[in-house]
Amino acid sequence: MTGTVSIVIVSHSPEVARGAADMVRQMVGSDVPVAHCGGNPEGGLGTDVGRIKTAIESVWSEKGVAVLVDLGGAETNSEMAIELLGPERGGNVVICNAPIVEGAVMAATEAAGGSDLKTVKATAEDFQS
Amino acid sequence: MADDRLVARLVASTCATIERHAEELTALDQAIGDGDHGTNLKRGFKAIADEAADYGRMDFGSALRKAGMVLVMKVGGASGPLFGSALMDMGKIAAEQPRTSAQAATLLQAAVDAIKKRGKSNIGAKTMLDVLVPVQAAVADSGDIARIRVVADVALEATRPMRATKGRAAFLGERSVGHLDPGARSTTLLVHAVCDVLEGI
Repeated sequence: MTGTVSIVIVSHSPEVARGAADMVRQMVGSDVPVAHCGGNPEGGLGTDVGRIKTAIESVWSEKGVAVLVDLGGAETNSEMAIELLGPERGGNVVICNAPIVEGAVMAATEAAGGSDLKTVKATAEDFQS
Repeated sequence: MADDRLVARLVASTCATIERHAEELTALDQAIGDGDHGTNLKRGFKAIADEAADYGRMDFGSALRKAGMVLVMKVGGASGPLFGSALMDMGKIAAEQPRTSAQAATLLQAAVDAIKKRGKSNIGAKTMLDVLVPVQAAVADSGDIARIRVVADVALEATRPMRATKGRAAFLGERSVGHLDPGARSTTLLVHAVCDVLEGI
């Protein structure tokens, strides 16, 4: 398998999601595909299952996709989006139980080295500030 | 009432009650959540109401699955996948509308299971399950509409002294005590809206 694990950042706030993605790109470079989305279907604070699914698809990688979320609804909606991808593709996407900004940077750093999805997830979740 | 109008009436009744109580739900959510439960559900049920005519032409299971997917895609908060998965899973096992309270109880059990799985939760955590589980039991037990309404109201009130362990309210810990759970309230509203239809109100 070629390429790297991709990163998707899902926040209640479009600005937080974009800012976290900017930080990842600046700190890790552009070798790791990063997508971000935030805001409810009307653009207010919240998350949007359809756009989460689109974000995952936009950086689809055979090596897998690691998703970083902020608060409860972002996690529930991301789980739903992953389910809508179907069992085969959805099985290649994981949500990392990690702080969104630090987790995204750590996950992308690990992914940049070519690590597999399990390792990327573990690295994001091991982060201790 | 012609049976083939049941779906249309359920759509009208549930959408109207959410629209009517959106501000109340948001106020409850401002106390112990992030203050968007009313606006989120209103957006989701408005999207269902916008296509009300379509639902009237669908069979029961298809209508449930469609409404569930609309809530998943439009609500924007955790309640979308929670209510949405409940409707979709009910729709998967309901080829046609339930004719007996035992059949209705089987459907509601699918809703309970879906919400437990999606929310990784159970009763006692100050959530919609604290209303839906006893309501399901009441439907299985007798199917008496008046009793189902009372069971829902009592179960809702019982969420007030509970300490939240799921969702945003869990962050508040002890401070969540003394407030009704917004999800339990919206569930109660929907139970009454369905009861209204069944009683022909």
